[in-house]
Amino acid sequence: MTVKTIFPMTRIHEPMKVDVDLQNGKVADAWIGATLFRGFEAMMIGRDPRDAALFTQRICGICSSAHAVVASMALQQAYKVEPPPNGQIITNLIFAADIIQNHLRHFYLLLLLDYVKGPDYPPYTPRLDGDYRLPKKINDQMMEHHKDAVVKSARAHEMLAVFGAKIPMQQTIMTTGVTEKASAERILAYSAILKELAEWVDNVYLPDAMTIAEYYKDYYNIGSGYGNFISYGLFPQPITAKLEFAPGIIKNKGSVEPLDLSKVGEEIKYSWYKDTAPSSPLFEGQTVPDRDKEGAYSWVKAPRYDGLPFEGGPLARGWINGDYRRGISVMDRIVARALETKKICRLAAGWLEQLTHHGPTLTPFTPPMDGDGVGLTDAMRGPLGHWVSVRNGKIRHYQIVTPTTWNFSPRDSSGRRGPVEEALVGTQVAKSESLIEVGRVIRSLDPCFTCAVHIIDAPKAASYPQ
Amino acid sequence: MDMITRRDFIKICMSTAVSLTLTEQIIPIVGQAFAEKKVIKPPVIWLELGSCTGNSVSLENAVNPTLDQLLTDMIDLRYHWLFNAEQGDAAVKVMLDTVAKEEGNFWLVIEGSVMTADNGRYNEIFRRNGKLVTGLEAVQEFAPKAKYVISVGDCACFGGPSAAHPNPAGAKGVWDVVKTKVINVPGCPAHPDWMTGTFAHLLMYGEPELDSYNRPIMFFGKTIHELCQRRQQFEDGIFAKYPGDSGCLLKVGCKGPVTHADCPLREWNHYVNWPVKAGTPCIGCASPHFPDGMMPFYNHLPDIQTPAIAMDVKKTGAAIAVLGTGAVATHLAAGVFARRIHKHYLKGTKPGEPTAPENLEQVKQELDDLIRRQNALLSNAKKYDAVKKTRRKKSLLKRIADFWHTEDKSGDEPK
Repeated sequence: MTVKTIFPMTRIHEPMKVDVDLQNGKVADAWIGATLFRGFEAMMIGRDPRDAALFTQRICGICSSAHAVVASMALQQAYKVEPPPNGQIITNLIFAADIIQNHLRHFYLLLLLDYVKGPDYPPYTPRLDGDYRLPKKINDQMMEHHKDAVVKSARAHEMLAVFGAKIPMQQTIMTTGVTEKASAERILAYSAILKELAEWVDNVYLPDAMTIAEYYKDYYNIGSGYGNFISYGLFPQPITAKLEFAPGIIKNKGSVEPLDLSKVGEEIKYSWYKDTAPSSPLFEGQTVPDRDKEGAYSWVKAPRYDGLPFEGGPLARGWINGDYRRGISVMDRIVARALETKKICRLAAGWLEQLTHHGPTLTPFTPPMDGDGVGLTDAMRGPLGHWVSVRNGKIRHYQIVTPTTWNFSPRDSSGRRGPVEEALVGTQVAKSESLIEVGRVIRSLDPCFTCAVHIIDAPKAASYPQ
Repeated sequence: MDMITRRDFIKICMSTAVSLTLTEQIIPIVGQAFAEKKVIKPPVIWLELGSCTGNSVSLENAVNPTLDQLLTDMIDLRYHWLFNAEQGDAAVKVMLDTVAKEEGNFWLVIEGSVMTADNGRYNEIFRRNGKLVTGLEAVQEFAPKAKYVISVGDCACFGGPSAAHPNPAGAKGVWDVVKTKVINVPGCPAHPDWMTGTFAHLLMYGEPELDSYNRPIMFFGKTIHELCQRRQQFEDGIFAKYPGDSGCLLKVGCKGPVTHADCPLREWNHYVNWPVKAGTPCIGCASPHFPDGMMPFYNHLPDIQTPAIAMDVKKTGAAIAVLGTGAVATHLAAGVFARRIHKHYLKGTKPGEPTAPENLEQVKQELDDLIRRQNALLSNAKKYDAVKKTRRKKSLLKRIADFWHTEDKSGDEPK
């Protein structure tokens, strides 16, 4: 057994440690561990529930609005309130802008350097030792687009800030809508940037993704994994609450089945937490950190659906919605993400037309003292859920299950690998020193360990003074 | 032609003219300085510890200079795991080489708080000779060798959201774990201008003028409240009844009066918007007391009144900093029993209407809140008792804060 370690994995968000067992130039086994623990859920206890949307955003700086959206959904259920149509539409517009931003940044800033030679100064040098296949002319053109993408992704955040006040950590999404007004000036500002971005996605991002796919065709056969997909759905429409991206699951590349939330569970056999009874979702249960636990290798828990590991993200949404079903691989993930960006740009343009100028965007309400709620949405990288329980006007319990814990989960009690660990198995490796191929598989899933690292229930001893 | 003077530079930084934005002006100035060989591009090591990457993402949002210009024209970013093309040991080697060869030269930028629980093992960030290195270890080792240590974001500066109660990972600000001087650029996240502006100042004129929390005064010298566009509505006594309403947002939780930052002038994301403009209260994310001292976000700040002194809002900022939760709890007690009368004892301010609790539930909620805060205070006091803190010599303000904490302890917990 020749175990190679990559630590830290770069061009991803926050620390990640990968161990691969190489045999005959192939990955025979893989372990993925997160090495940061913050314990956000314990911090939520005893706080004012209205603060949940703003506070949970601090979990992740790259997809902050996702946490605000889902925390608001959970509280809508707990309080039995809903936003006015304008409020829901603007929430969707904010979220859409963040997803567009994320996808652009992921492709150009994080993933591209696996396939394209960057310029000759830090941080682009030293670069990975590997097969860069693009002809020089195309390579240079890609790096020009990389420069544009830095600006375009900032423009996407600018578009978000039109309604979201600021970003990272937008500040306008509330339980019953948004505080920003649907004024003509705001709508125009948003639509102008959206038009610019939609054109750029069509004319630059999509062709670039296809160019990479053309030169790295073999990656259509690398990194497929289990073929299990999960999505909680995305973008509820006002009033009907019908989701623009449908929820569902796919088992082993089969047909789409309805999502049954009662089958979601988490395991901790290989996570640095003291063993307790398996935590069923997700209103109860407690976990205590234990960094010395034998055999464990990650701060991430292992979420399972019906006892099986599932993958989330743009490719999963593509399969479940029938938008993209070419296959399951590194390149399919990259192409599906680009196509999804185009689809979201189109959807957002439609929503802008549904806005009522100067219509109410927020419903004032008095929060009840008690309530339980679940908020579910897909975020950029896959399914995101918040479970909240409110008693006496305070948060009694808060549970967060994030996309990266699904995708990058460690093994479960039956020893089954997490989705990405599985996807790595069988990957051909040319040079055991550089492991560029391993990096390509991992980055195709857009890992973000800022959110993966908080998965813990409140230790009772440390609960907020009541 | 000479490099522009430091005085002019600070003027630009504090400039209110949005059309002439800070960063649009920095690049030509820095470029000129490079051309005249007055400065050299500093090697930079950017460590992410217990963070959400929000500050790096915020830096990516910088418009002029863009991230790309920053990397080509201003700094030599040797190590930042979000941007390094290399991965694993090879990337780490670049960092370690930089620390060894550029000792006394390189800048250490830190994002995210230092996790101290279990000897720092809640946050491991790289591998050296096959051994995992914790964030705590890395910061303590690199900081003394760096030319400047810069904390970006509230987590790195003061612990921030990572250190929110009950702080399960023992998160601390960088300046609490190193002896070196740390320049704090707070915010959740820090505004790109605050980061690029501070970098540019360091590059050309050295350390900027800092306040008692080591924040550059050019960005954090005034409160949000002082600069706010809705200040006139505050003066006129027009208050929003709920977030999103027009009027001053003080009563729905705005922490502008106690938060030092220039958001109202600068605005966010290419200067398109900022929270109060969008109708949502400031949550004090650039404050040393964020988030615990600023929560609940939608409950309004107390007006601090004592029989002896009638304080104005400006002083409230300092007072809150000094008195901490104690003042808040005391105020709440007074507020609840006086049926929440919130008069503004400022000259020229119309007294606001008293807002009585609407129902029994709210009274109960307020009392619960009060009791919780008092308990928090008590447990704080106990904590101070249990851990004899070896405090280094800090700013005057900090020492005053310590003094008050000690007072709370001896008053509440006689042993």
